[in-house]
Amino acid sequence: MNQSLIDYTLQLADNALIIGHRNSEWCGHGPVLEQDIAISNIALDFIGQARNFYQYAAELLGNGATEDSLAFLRDVPEFKNVLITELPNGDWAQTTLRQFLFSTYQYYFYQQLQNSTDTRLAAIAAKSLKEVTYHLRWSSEWVIRLGDGTEESKHRLLTALDELWNFTGEMFLPAAYETALLQENMGVDLSIIHQHWNQKVQEVFAEASIQIPKKSWAQQGGKTGIHTEHLGYILAEMQFLQRAYPGAEW
Amino acid sequence: MTIAIQHTSPEEKKIWNLLETVTDPEVPVLTILDLGIVRSVELAQLDNHQLKPIITITPTYSGCPAMDVISMNIRMALLQAGYQQMEIKQALSPAWTTDWMSEEAKNKLKAYGIAPPQYKQAVCTPEAFQDEEAIQCPQCNSWNTALVSQFGSTACKALYKCNDCKEPFDYFKCH
Ligand SMILES: [Zn+2]
Repeated sequence: MNQSLIDYTLQLADNALIIGHRNSEWCGHGPVLEQDIAISNIALDFIGQARNFYQYAAELLGNGATEDSLAFLRDVPEFKNVLITELPNGDWAQTTLRQFLFSTYQYYFYQQLQNSTDTRLAAIAAKSLKEVTYHLRWSSEWVIRLGDGTEESKHRLLTALDELWNFTGEMFLPAAYETALLQENMGVDLSIIHQHWNQKVQEVFAEASIQIPKKSWAQQGGKTGIHTEHLGYILAEMQFLQRAYPGAEW
Repeated sequence: MTIAIQHTSPEEKKIWNLLETVTDPEVPVLTILDLGIVRSVELAQLDNHQLKPIITITPTYSGCPAMDVISMNIRMALLQAGYQQMEIKQALSPAWTTDWMSEEAKNKLKAYGIAPPQYKQAVCTPEAFQDEEAIQCPQCNSWNTALVSQFGSTACKALYKCNDCKEPFDYFKCH
């Protein structure tokens, strides 16, 4: 059993599940109907991606693990998602900026992962990349619209940037299982992703007439199970039913 | 023990004909064959000489909620035709694309009021505020239409409006 491959797959699943859950919180609360539908659609794509990765992780783990047990019966220290995915939504500026920063990372990540020697990871990446292309386009447009909009929208975008920026570095700092998987030609090289990411963020920020912050300190821990207090609340809500009524179905 | 049966058998043709009767729950005018969701049909021979169909399907989008319903409907169609055992598998690779949709399917979509997918080109890139491809209004055939949102009533559709007849419409977006 390749524990690094399992951890790697779980991280991809957890990232998708947690940001998908956050986006789903907008369902019924979006600023206008069309954007409510947009973010709910994006949430659905993420839940689908999470299922594909959890199903694979469950097969690798064996021993009765299922996609549901991995999503609903693990506790905070077992989750490996990057911290930026679990932060509260904040306002629309914070949600769409987070989506842009994360989708840019995911876009280049999946682009590389398509070439993984692990055919299952490669297949899920190729499938997901098509969806992420739409997410990246949509979130880029929001960042530009808000940055280049009114004084109020720009102010909100800058406040969001201040809130989120310290959480971007973690995406590019490899955990031990990521380094191991890269060496086995199954994982991606995060330093290459980082270069692409910087370039894309710079391009979109220039159009939005905002600057990349100078500070470079990175808050980290998520990849190895050390989370902010927010993840516990997400899991409490998401896992309640399966914890209270184990095996419940409808 | 199972033995693969030859690909072009009449039995296999029978399965394809049955699959032709299974429609997409969200776009009921299209069959799952029209959509290109069915990737392969195999038949295995069981010990009791009965045939067990093995159908491989692929999702349109990762989170498409219709997939479970489609699997169930395939199962129902096969059960009704007398098959007692069957297997429905999902494959992700190669990833589904609207290129697999038949011309006939595109005509059916349009008649149903949904603009059919264009060939993908520049549209499937992440560039912000890119020029939109012209999409024809399925109601009045005008090309004077505008994108409202890349995300529509289901994962596979975008929302447009027609500047001539003023009606909103769904566009089955390229993928
Ligand atoms: Zn019209």
